[in-house]
Parts: sequence; C-alpha cells; structure tokens
Amino acid sequence: MKIITADQIRANVKKLCIEANLKLPEDVVRALTAAKEAEDWPVAKDILGLLEENLKVAAEKEIPICQDTGAACVFVELGNDVHIDGDLEQAINDGVHDGYIEGYLRKSIAADPLRRGNTEDNTPAFITTHITTGDKLKITVLPKGCGSENMSALRMLKPADGVQGVVDFVLETVSSAGSNPCPPTVLGIGIGGTFDKVAYLSKKALLRPLGEPNPDPYYAELEARLLKEINELGIGPQGFGGRTTCLSVAIEQMPTHVAGLPVAVNVSCHVTRRASVEL
Amino acid sequence: MEHIIKTPVTTEELKALKAGDSVLLSGIVYTARDQAHKQMCECLDRGEALPFDIEGSAIYYVGPTPEKEGMVIGSAGPTTSGRMDAYSPRLLDLGNKVMIGKGKRNDAVKDAIIRNGAVYLAAIGGAGALMASSVKNAEVIAWPELGCEAVRRLEVENLPLTVVIDSTGQDLYETGPAEYLKKTAR
Repeated sequence: MKIITADQIRANVKKLCIEANLKLPEDVVRALTAAKEAEDWPVAKDILGLLEENLKVAAEKEIPICQDTGAACVFVELGNDVHIDGDLEQAINDGVHDGYIEGYLRKSIAADPLRRGNTEDNTPAFITTHITTGDKLKITVLPKGCGSENMSALRMLKPADGVQGVVDFVLETVSSAGSNPCPPTVLGIGIGGTFDKVAYLSKKALLRPLGEPNPDPYYAELEARLLKEINELGIGPQGFGGRTTCLSVAIEQMPTHVAGLPVAVNVSCHVTRRASVEL
Repeated sequence: MEHIIKTPVTTEELKALKAGDSVLLSGIVYTARDQAHKQMCECLDRGEALPFDIEGSAIYYVGPTPEKEGMVIGSAGPTTSGRMDAYSPRLLDLGNKVMIGKGKRNDAVKDAIIRNGAVYLAAIGGAGALMASSVKNAEVIAWPELGCEAVRRLEVENLPLTVVIDSTGQDLYETGPAEYLKKTAR
C-alpha cells in the first residue's frame, strides 16, 4: 500500500497545467516538422513555419502557446494499492486552480452553460478516473481548446453503414469544420461502445502519441486510410489550402450492441497539449 | 501581395485588399468576443453609446491570457469568428470596417461586408504567442468583469494578417483549397 497525499496531487496537477500550456509534447512537434517538410504548397508551408515560430516565442517568453488554455481534462489511472490521503477530485481541482492562476493561464470556464458567468480559476477539471492494479497513480492533464472541441461530432450509425459509413462521417465532420478548428488538426475517433462511451473513447484517443498506430492492424490501416483521405480534401493549414489538413488520426474501439455502430470524432488542433506524471 | 494598413481605415483603402493578400496592420484595434458582442448589441438596443468609436474600427476576436509582470499582454491569438456572426452585420452597418479572427463567416456577414466595403482578416489560429508580439499596449476599456472577454484597446504594430473575405465577397476559405486541389489534380 502506497500513501499519496492530496497536497502531492495538488502540486503535481498545478505543474502539469502550466507545463502542458507552455510546451508541446515532442511527438506533436515532430509531426508538425514532418508535415512542413512534406508540404508542397507554398502558403501552407509558410503557415507551418509560423506555427513552429510560435512555439519558439512561447518558450522564450514563457507564455502559453495558444490563448485558449483550455478546459482542464484530467485523466487518472489509480492503482488499487494506492491510498489517497484526502479528497482526490478536490486535490485535482485545487491543482487546476493554482496552475491557472499562478501560471497566468486563461480562465475559460463558464460557471453555468446557459447563465454563463466564469468560475475565475478554470475549475472544475473534467476528470476521468480508472482503477487499475498496482501502487501507481498516473495523472495526465490535457488542456482542451474549444475552437476544435466545437467542431467535434457524434453519430449513431447503423451496423449496415460499416467501415464506409465511418469514413464518410469522419470526412464530413472534417469538411464541414473547415478552417474553424485551426488546422492542421489531430483527430481522436471512438468507434463502438454506447452513446457515452464512444465520446469518451474519442477523447482517450487524443492521449496517444502522434504517429503511434492502433495496436490492431485492422484499425491501424483505417487510421492511415482516414489520414490520407482527409489530407486529400485540400483544406490545408488554417484552411487557406494545402496538403496538411490533419497531422494524425487515432482510433479507439470497443465492443458494441448488435444493433449499433456509434462513432465519435473529437477534433483537436495543432496545439494538442498533454502532460503526465506518475506518482 | 502585401499591404500596410493603419487604423482607422476607410472603404477606399480597403478596396485594394484581395482575398489571399497579406496585411500588416498597425494602430488601434479593439478586442471583443462572445459576451462583449452580446453586450454591445444590448447597448445599441437601449440606445446607448458603444464603448469605442465604431466608424472605421478594427475589431479583433480575442480573449488573451493574463499578462505577466512587465508584459503588456499574454498570449493573444484569434478565436473562432462564426460565433460573432449573429452580431457582426449590425456593427458593420454602423461603420466597423475590419474584423479579425479565424474560421468561416455566414452569408449574412458576407452580405454586410459587401454592402459596407469592409474586410474580414485572419490571424493565425493557435499562434497566440506570436500574435502577442505585435501588441505594444493594452488597456481594458469596458466590462472588466468579463475577464478575458472584456473589451480592450490594443495598440498594435505590424500585426500579421491574411485577407480571408475581401470587400467584393471573395472568400479565401473557398478559393484557397479549390486552387490547391486544381493545381494538384492528377
């Protein structure tokens, strides 16, 4: 049995919120560089160069890469041999509070969806907890911007729609999003499960490092096919035209009802941020 | 083609801007996004004055991050403009000439752009740190309680922008991808 205190969690979540917003994960930087090299359309190449320049400026000035420092989506993997001394969710929220205030991050959470207002500290965190075995606690903070979140979509397809139905829905979602989600995008796609689980799968897919294929070759092939077809749409960086519309497609799948084929597309942008710690 | 533009602008000088052109914008730019647009339109409904002179103005759809000590602004890239579509035609009809954001506009906005000889320019979405480098001064002038959504008066120098919708209604989000697809058609 390992004891982890609420204070430890709070301090680590604070650090992750700030780190994620100031520095992109290496895999995302690599994907942007590779996209710039592969891009043959001058306007698009220039934009990709400016996105790299933006990362440099953010690092030099220690300011956020993007002004939308996101909703704090927090993924927790909690080993069943860990004892939390305190309240786990409160500790995470306290960490978000500290990180967003002390890190000069934007407070982007409306206190009520219809009456609006602002919670002033970017809480609550949107927390997903999984109980696993062992004595480790892994926390991942994924600050999610809303320009891309707003372009996300979920559809309950029919089993007869099959793989072509999934491809058509994804392409339709990307086409209608156009320039809005700040392309080049990163797509997390959920297939299967239920109405609620498929949305969760699509967000979970955004946690996978870019360029790492689905372990199931069937889905890895579908990821590659989707990426290819999306990058033939011509939308390009910022929607000004070009090859690079999407940097990466990750699919997470699970069994589903005999009558269903749920599909969810969680759209993320070129500033796909995440930071993790294991305690 | 690259243009150097200083605010406030006139319809005459905006005529030279064509969809796809680059613009370096200097002068005063006002920030306003969702809640500020809503409140500006409520001001107009009540017959009250807007928080700034709308004639020839440039409005930037941005909610910056808080500035650190010694800086004038935090990260300051554009937000998605489509959410302002419900309000923009009214502001354009009152004299707003330049809208700065990212993402598609609806037909009502395009019609109002043509009707008023205005333009819609894009800043680079997701490049908030880079965009902030052009901001030399920032001051909250209305509704500070809105936080990042408050109206700010920004002094900008050579803010790098791209003409998306020009005063004739040409739209780079349609022409840009179409041109790319045409050139790369096998």
